[in-house]
Amino acid sequence: MNSRAIEILVGLFMLLFLGAMFVLSMKVSNLTSLSSTEGYTLVAKFENIGGLKARAPVAASGVRVGEVTSIVYDAETFEASVTLSIDKSYDSFPLDTTASIYTAGLLGEQYIGLDPGAEDDVLQDSDEITLTQSAIVLERLIGQVLFSRSGGS
Amino acid sequence: MSDFLQRFGHFWIAIVERLGRATLFLFQLLGALFSLVKRPALLIKQLHASGVMTLSIVLVSGLFVGMVLALQAYNTLIDFGQENRVGTLVALTLVRELGPVVTGLLFAGRAGSAMTAEIGLMKATEQLSGLEMMAVDPFKRVFAPRFLAGFIALPMLAAMFSAVGVLGGHLIGVEVLGVDAGAYWSQMQNSVSFVHDVCNGLIKGLVFGFVVCWISIFEGADCIPTSEGVSSATTRTVVYSSLAILGLDFLLTAVMF
Repeated sequence: MNSRAIEILVGLFMLLFLGAMFVLSMKVSNLTSLSSTEGYTLVAKFENIGGLKARAPVAASGVRVGEVTSIVYDAETFEASVTLSIDKSYDSFPLDTTASIYTAGLLGEQYIGLDPGAEDDVLQDSDEITLTQSAIVLERLIGQVLFSRSGGS
Repeated sequence: MSDFLQRFGHFWIAIVERLGRATLFLFQLLGALFSLVKRPALLIKQLHASGVMTLSIVLVSGLFVGMVLALQAYNTLIDFGQENRVGTLVALTLVRELGPVVTGLLFAGRAGSAMTAEIGLMKATEQLSGLEMMAVDPFKRVFAPRFLAGFIALPMLAAMFSAVGVLGGHLIGVEVLGVDAGAYWSQMQNSVSFVHDVCNGLIKGLVFGFVVCWISIFEGADCIPTSEGVSSATTRTVVYSSLAILGLDFLLTAVMF
């Protein structure tokens, strides 16, 4: 085979690699939504975060508006301090927005839902969401049901 | 007893000696890489030999591995009503593990053994000595282009393997088994991260490429220059490369994920 044919084949090989990387970055992984990390951060403190993980989605009305960037335990307030990164195009959450931890489906992953309040002032970068609702821990729920049933009878 | 000890000692000394030779060889090889800047044509020729020629087997196996993964994932996940996650499972398995590992094994069998046999035969027919007689450094002329080409080609082949596998999973999961196409891709995008999964897979590919090419070229250059020596060197290339890939894969996975 002459060197021209070899060079053409190697060029095609490179193109195929670029095509594969395009599929892997755009279709398979979430590179397109990577730009959403450009946003502002909010802090929310929860009594119990259940199984919430970093990179879990943050949704308002079910629409993804950001993600959880870090979760640390705050030893002073004995609460979990969750840092959220919100896309900067959604910058109009009222001050009294409630952050709750929900579960997607019965066995699904946990995410944070934001329910906007009625204040006129909006949350700014590194503000704290004061109204929070912890994750529902199934064992605790069952315990409560059992307790209330035995108490009622 | 002392005979046994002597043989045991000899065995280990031989291994350590060989490892030392391989390491020195690697340093010489890496030193010769810079000369490739002046002769890119050599590199392109080797990219053709190790990359393009391995392409067909990699693409076909990628397609079938992706299809099998989708089938197995579907049959398992349907019990939990989570068949929408087929895409996630296929993509993560391919990108993180099977892409680099299976490509590495195929590469060792297809391109690595060919490299060893070619270099071994060059040694047996005294072509390497001939080059040296003409003051041509075989490291620069023969070994370095093959090493760099394999090092570049393996991660590229692994990326293609994964991409084709995901498409194969789509073919079976969505077209045949009836998973929702939107769910297949969106669940996948939600859980596959470009930096954490795709790039780490590429790094695995680079590491495997480095090791496979090192082993193949060293075995070729270090073989006993007879037809029997070349054949046993080729066998050793495939065996050692496969073991090195599987062992390193465990280490890399433990560090990365």
